[in-house]
Amino acid sequence: METKTPLFGKTLSELQELVAEYKLPKFTAKQIADWLYKKDITSIDEMSNLSKKARELLNAHHTFGLIDPTETKISTDGTKKYLFPTEHGKFIETAMIPFKDRKTVCVSSQVGCKMGCLFCMTGKQGFQGQLTAGEIVNQIRNIPERDEVTNIVYMGMGEPFDNLDQVLKSVEVLTSEWGFAMSPRRITVSSIGIIPGLIRFLNECEAHLAISLHTPFHEERQQLMPVQIAYPLEQIIEHIKEWDFSGQRRVSFEYIVFGGLNDTPEHAKALIKMLSGIKCRVNLIRFHPIPGTPLHGTDEKTLQEFKDGLNNRGILTTIRASRGVDIYAACGLLSTKALLNQKK
Amino acid sequence: MQTSTTDLIEQTLTRHEEISPGVFVIGFLRQHDFKPGQAIKLGIDAENPPRIYSICSGNQDDELCVLFNVKEDGFLTPRLAALQVGDSVFASAPYGTFIGTDDPAWWIATGTGIAPFRSMLRSGQGKHKQLVHGVRHLNQFYFEDELRAGLGSNYHCCCSAESADGIHSGRVTAFLEAQDSLSKDWKYYICGQATMAVETRDLLISKGIPFGNIITEIYF
Repeated sequence: METKTPLFGKTLSELQELVAEYKLPKFTAKQIADWLYKKDITSIDEMSNLSKKARELLNAHHTFGLIDPTETKISTDGTKKYLFPTEHGKFIETAMIPFKDRKTVCVSSQVGCKMGCLFCMTGKQGFQGQLTAGEIVNQIRNIPERDEVTNIVYMGMGEPFDNLDQVLKSVEVLTSEWGFAMSPRRITVSSIGIIPGLIRFLNECEAHLAISLHTPFHEERQQLMPVQIAYPLEQIIEHIKEWDFSGQRRVSFEYIVFGGLNDTPEHAKALIKMLSGIKCRVNLIRFHPIPGTPLHGTDEKTLQEFKDGLNNRGILTTIRASRGVDIYAACGLLSTKALLNQKK
Repeated sequence: MQTSTTDLIEQTLTRHEEISPGVFVIGFLRQHDFKPGQAIKLGIDAENPPRIYSICSGNQDDELCVLFNVKEDGFLTPRLAALQVGDSVFASAPYGTFIGTDDPAWWIATGTGIAPFRSMLRSGQGKHKQLVHGVRHLNQFYFEDELRAGLGSNYHCCCSAESADGIHSGRVTAFLEAQDSLSKDWKYYICGQATMAVETRDLLISKGIPFGNIITEIYF
C-alpha cells in the first residue's frame, strides 16, 4: 500500500512537478501553495478552488502534512516550549520566546544530533534522524503564535548544516513570495561550522549566520566540540572573512561562558584577535548545567568583565538573557525527558 | 561527512580488499608524512564532495590506507567498493588533531572507528595502551590478529549481539563500567559513531576522568 506523503513543506517547483505528474492545470501548483502557506486550513478537502478531481488525486497520494504539538510548557517569563512528535516515535522541541514586541521561534533541524558537544543535552540522545523541510516549517506554522512570529532562529535540536538540503528548502518556503514571504533578514541559521555546508549556505541563502564558537583555542574547542578535529575554527573564520557582512546580512558568534574554562582575559584577547576584521556580534550565553556535565556557568561579575573587555576592543558583544529556565528551555532537555518517559 | 573538493590530488589505488562482508581497506602509495590518528578527505572524482576517513595504515608503511564500510544508501562508499586496483581516487593530504602519542592511554573504538588505533599501533605507539573494540557481530573485529599480536592481553573485544570465548559480551560502555581502576592521568581516545562516543565520554566523566583527558573523534 502506498504511503501518503505530506504536501506541507513542498516548494513551488516541487508542486509544479507534482501537478504535471497528475496532469492537472499548471496554475494548480500556485493554488496549492496558497492553501498550504497563506491560508488557515488543515486539510486538502478545504482547498475549495481546486477541482474535485484535483482534490481526489491529492487526497489519494498525500496528506496535508501538519503535525500538532503533543505537549506545551509555559515559563513564568512567557517562553513556551512545544514538543512535536516525529516519525519512529521520537520528539523534537520548539521554543517560542517573546521579548518586548518580538516573538522569536527557535526551531529544530534534526531529531537528536551527531555532533556530540560536551555541553549539549541533545547530543546525549544521539542522532535519530533528519527532519524534512515540512517538519521544520511545521514548527512555526502549527503553534498558536504563528501569525505573530517576528523572527526565526535555527538553534534548536540538531546541526542545520548536517541537514542542509532540508534547511535550505525550509528557508525557501519561509521566504518566498509563494510561501510565507518572510524577510530572510528575520531568519538566523546557527551552525557549529561544517565548512562545506557553510560555503553552500553562504552562496545559496540570504539568512543571517551564527557560528557556535565557545572558545578561540583549538585544543579546548576540541574537548568541547569534537567537530573541531574535522573542521577547525581557524578555517571557519578564514572562510567567513572572505564574505562581506557589512550590509544587511549579519554574522554572529555564540559563546557559552563556562566558569573557569573559557572566561579568562586570555580568551577575550584571543577572541578579539581572531574576529578582528569581521563585522560581527558576539552573543555571550549563560550556561545552565545539564545532567552529567562537568561544566558550570561563570559568575555575573566575570561575565560582565568578559563582555566589557570585548566591547572595549570594538567587538560588539551582548549577553543573551536566559529564558524559560523553569521549563527545560535549553535545547534537548524536554525531548530527552519525553524519551526517558517513553522508555519507562 | 561531506567536505570540499578543492584540495584533492588524484591517486592510483594499489590496494582494494574486502576484509569482511561490506568492509573494505583501500590504499595508494603514501606521498606525505602524517601523524598516526590523522585523516584524509577521499573522493571518487574531482567534482563530487569527498568524505573524511581516518588513516588505518602506519606512518612508515609504503601505502596510505583507509577502512570503510559500505553504506547502501550512500553516494561514495558503494562507488569506492566497486573500484579495483589501478583505478583512481582523489585524496587530500593527511590532517587533523586526533593524534596518538607515546603516553599511556585507553583507545576505545566501535566498528570502523578502530582505524586510527590500528594506525597508531602500526606506527609504534602500542606501549602502555589498552584497546577496547566494540562491535555487533563477531566478524567485525577488523585487524583482530594484528591487534592481538601487537597488544596481547591489552586488547579487549566486546560484542553486543553474539558471543564467543575470549570476547566480552555486551557493549564497550558495559566493559568500561566494570573497570575498577581507570587512571585519571591517562588519556582516553574515543573513536566511532556519535551515540557511543557521547555515552562513553559521559561514562568516563562519571568515573572521575577529567574531560580534558578525553579526546573524541566522531564519525559524522
